Amino acid sequence: MNGLAAIVRKELADHFSSYRFVILFALIAMVSLITAYMVGLRIRGAEGELKPQFVFLMIFAERGAMFSLVEFVAFFGPLVGLVLGFDAINRERNEGTLSKILAQPIYRDVVINGKFLAGVIMIAVLLTAIVLVITGLGLAVVGVVPGAEELLRVAVYLVVSIVYVALWLGVAILFSILFRSTATSALAALAVWIFFSFFVTIGASILANTLLGQAADLKPEAAMRKIAAVRQVVLLSPMELYSEATATVIDPMRRSARSFIPGGPLEALSMTRFSGPLAFDQSLLLVMPHIISLLAVTVVCFAVSYTVFMRQEIRSL
Amino acid sequence: METAPVVLSTEELTKVYKNQTAVDRLTFEVREGEIFGFLGPNGAGKTTTILMLLGLTEPTRGKLQVLGLNPTREPIKVKQKVGYLQENMGFYSDLTGRQMLSFVADLNAIPPAEAEGRIAAALEAVGLAADAEKKIGAYSRGMRQRLGIAELLIKDSRVAFLDEPTLGLDPDATQRIMELIEDLARRKKMTILLSSHQLHQVQKVCDRVGIMIRGRMVAQGPLEQLAREKFGVDREEYTLEEIYMKYFLEA
Repeated sequence: MNGLAAIVRKELADHFSSYRFVILFALIAMVSLITAYMVGLRIRGAEGELKPQFVFLMIFAERGAMFSLVEFVAFFGPLVGLVLGFDAINRERNEGTLSKILAQPIYRDVVINGKFLAGVIMIAVLLTAIVLVITGLGLAVVGVVPGAEELLRVAVYLVVSIVYVALWLGVAILFSILFRSTATSALAALAVWIFFSFFVTIGASILANTLLGQAADLKPEAAMRKIAAVRQVVLLSPMELYSEATATVIDPMRRSARSFIPGGPLEALSMTRFSGPLAFDQSLLLVMPHIISLLAVTVVCFAVSYTVFMRQEIRSL
Repeated sequence: METAPVVLSTEELTKVYKNQTAVDRLTFEVREGEIFGFLGPNGAGKTTTILMLLGLTEPTRGKLQVLGLNPTREPIKVKQKVGYLQENMGFYSDLTGRQMLSFVADLNAIPPAEAEGRIAAALEAVGLAADAEKKIGAYSRGMRQRLGIAELLIKDSRVAFLDEPTLGLDPDATQRIMELIEDLARRKKMTILLSSHQLHQVQKVCDRVGIMIRGRMVAQGPLEQLAREKFGVDREEYTLEEIYMKYFLEA
């Protein structure tokens, strides 16, 4: 496409030299390193108590001081997407550079494609760098060399993470098209992120309680229905989709997210953990719907941005 | 001049925004190598007309052609040959002058090896060679306009639309821009559509003028002709300002 490479080059140069990206990168790298280091120490301390399988993956899946690395990316990954995209179009519009670019011999969609593509490249670079650094740190601290399957699982985790963050990049770009002010688009994107990441999860069980009654006075079938309903609502949240997908991929001993029967902690543990690991292809099969949903939401989000941008009257650009 | 081929023409060109007619049955033509003064009060529809000629916005009705191409159907081909210097300029303030020009060259798919020479020549021509490595944020208004003209040189545009290029410039900078514009038309044979409020300057450089008021072209032609039509006498000393005010008050 005419000019796509030019736009991507320009955007990448902008991102790499912008302070906001450097700050974000430093912040995320720091937290990831600390988490990985603490987890590493824990794994080393727990020597002998653990099954020797997939020790390497535990660097990603185990909780350190507060959260595991997987949880951390689920939580803060969206911020990267939002920061990279919230002013993508409206800043150019306000500075008059958008009509300057569009007066050059390129199609209008090249601008938005180029911006999205450059953002995805940034996300990929950032996440890959972090995963690689943690892999290195894990090797040093834990001293366990990852096997082929572990590397494969990490690779899948990386790809899913990139899609997840790209989804929020898409949301941010959409708001930068819809709103003229960069502050408004940033706030709107943040609001959507907070709503889908936190309120949907909290709201789901409240909603289910209201609709289907309290847990105590329920028959088993009704309780099952209720849990299913909660899950349906919760899966509206990209964070839940992502967390479930990556947790299963990164932790082969994880049985599944659903445990229908209430019980004591030990029972729950035996319900949620396999005694043996789930095979790689089975893990993948289990989370395929999640991954496809994430991908679909990303595509829909980008498609909406694309359509709105293509239809906008130039005078309002 | 009359024998030069027509490079740009519109016929009954109309643009309606929601319930406001921005351009109303506009018919005019510009010939190769001429400087056409595009005059009119703010909000008369000059910028909208330019946007339609660039294919950046679709006309509601009417015909238009630029260099034999239909800008609505083939915007890319039109934009390859047409340069546009917009009113608010639109530069990335954190790029240097040279970086901005290489970005424009990149967007126009000019090979890097060739672009480098063109950029150096263009910077030299507009007198920005010494400031090429400064950020555009530190440029004065006049320097930014000259950078805009350097863009036209890099694209090697055959037609250029200049929207208020002297807006807010001091007399010295205005003089410099007008000289550059005249140079583009006379030496590079670039056809120029110049929209401006500096009637005195327009009078000096333009071959023909068109006066647009509330979306309609109320007069067009060489200055003497407009003076004859409006005042009935063939007097040399009518200034464009007098003619413009006469049309403006009538409309």
